[in-house]
Amino acid sequence: MSKTVLKVSKLVRHYPLPKESLFADPKFVYALNGVSFEIKEGKSFGIVGESGCGKSTLARNVMALEPTDSGSVQILGEEVVGKTFNELRPLRQHFQMVFQDPYGSLDPHHTVGRIVAEPLAAIGKLPSQEKTERVAEVLSSVGLKPTDVDKYPHEFSGGQRQRIAIARALITKPELIVADEPVSALDVSVQAQVLNLLRDLQDSFGVTYMFISHDLAVVEYLCDEVAVMYLGSIVEKGRTEDLFASPAHPYTGILLDAVPKPAAGKKRKRIQLSGSVTGQTEKRSGCAFRDRCPMVDDRCKRETPTLREVAPDHFAACHYSKKMMEHGLSKPS
Amino acid sequence: MVGGSITAFLLLCALISLFWTPGEVYGISIATRFLPVSAQHWLGTDQFGRDILSLLMAGTQNSITVGVVAVSIGLFAGVGLGLLASARRGWTEELIMRFSDFSFAFPAILSAIMITAILGPGGVNSIIAIGIYNVPVFARLTRGSANAIWTREYVMAARASGKGKFRITIEHILPNILSILIVQATIQFAIAILAEAALSYLGLGTQPPHPSWGRMLNEAQTLMFFQPMQAVYPGGAIALAVFGLNLLGDGLRDVLDPRLSRKR
Repeated sequence: MSKTVLKVSKLVRHYPLPKESLFADPKFVYALNGVSFEIKEGKSFGIVGESGCGKSTLARNVMALEPTDSGSVQILGEEVVGKTFNELRPLRQHFQMVFQDPYGSLDPHHTVGRIVAEPLAAIGKLPSQEKTERVAEVLSSVGLKPTDVDKYPHEFSGGQRQRIAIARALITKPELIVADEPVSALDVSVQAQVLNLLRDLQDSFGVTYMFISHDLAVVEYLCDEVAVMYLGSIVEKGRTEDLFASPAHPYTGILLDAVPKPAAGKKRKRIQLSGSVTGQTEKRSGCAFRDRCPMVDDRCKRETPTLREVAPDHFAACHYSKKMMEHGLSKPS
Repeated sequence: MVGGSITAFLLLCALISLFWTPGEVYGISIATRFLPVSAQHWLGTDQFGRDILSLLMAGTQNSITVGVVAVSIGLFAGVGLGLLASARRGWTEELIMRFSDFSFAFPAILSAIMITAILGPGGVNSIIAIGIYNVPVFARLTRGSANAIWTREYVMAARASGKGKFRITIEHILPNILSILIVQATIQFAIAILAEAALSYLGLGTQPPHPSWGRMLNEAQTLMFFQPMQAVYPGGAIALAVFGLNLLGDGLRDVLDPRLSRKR
């Protein structure tokens, strides 16, 4: 039994909206509605969902970059929620983050060496000799030349910039790396290189990933476990192969259906998702997905489905998971 | 380039005038009043017999002092307040910004007149007045551009690695807004020179017998039809300085951007 690196339980985050009038009741965007999951050491945990479902909010809350409303985030058994910024500082070397946009996440006025060394500089006083060695070491482990330290970010391509960002995350030898869509801003050919790099780094350093993406193919390639998020809640969670082979929530089914697959001469029947998520601003009973679900019936309006085990280590929040797993997506007869 | 050379030329004039001027700046000699342009007096003399070129050169010194001191006051206080507002947000920001709005409600010259009215006329007081006027200008600009930088992912990355707000302000925010501030500083420098000239013209700034472009304009006013060139020289000097500084600001903006400068 390997140890748990990250344990998130019942995480809630609501963003207040600007009031429409002085005496109006405050409205909220329910970005996270009690999200719970655990990641074991050395594993990759994928979080998928369309934009607006709360993926990035989850990342920021795990990284303790914004206040959490309620719930708990434990990293290596240490509670993160409720600690002040200064109390968290010594902990931060254990969890680092890779951001989505490699153009926006590197300060254009800093050299690569300074960018990569930033987490070390933030923690405290390390001899500069040691720091330089560590920077060179980590740069070569992400496939960059140690002589690149004096260059500026604008001298690198998107893929190389993301390597710099990964090097920065790796420099403190963290147990957990939270990667928020790390490849979605890159070309497809470069995506593959960066994904392979992430995999290699996991093999050599045993680092754990919380990997956020909207791209199912990427998640399938990299992750051991996947959670599907919809409107601030996890609707399905399980081992990647189980979840991809027999999705137990119609939303997962539709997402998987939308992934283009090469199949010559075969016309696929596709169920398309209509509408879009703009963030939930009111709490209501029933299933959150019911307006867009092809399998919806009266029960979905009355009862809110909870996450339950539909197969070993496979959880889904749908009343009709069994049917879904046996027959796939279909309209209720 | 042009802006840089004009500014350098003005600086040189000011420097030379510290040690040497072609004629007397403080001495009055009625015998040599209203002399035309000649080899000895390149731009002629004024109604007190002082050499106009010498007065202009000494006036440069005065204008540059005013500009440097007034802009420095504005930069230090304004940028400090702006960075504080941007880092703290909440009521600190609200307080600082509403205070800036309040001082913006008064036109520049009017507030300078008000401050000199309280402190009394004089060179030093006019500099302080112009400096105070500069504070909210820089506070606003700094807070606005710093707020934009705070939302960048690299700032979030710095937070995620555990850097405090003060360190982020020094290491990330300030370097990234520096070019904007320097450009604004050159513009404020030009405005300060104009403001000082205006205050001196009104008799609230530099007091006689110290030379100042604004006072030269004031004294030339009464002789406008009799000796028009006496007004043209200081007026031209003011225009040249403002023009040069504005060009310099534009040039500096290009030089200070690491992405633009390296491509050249």
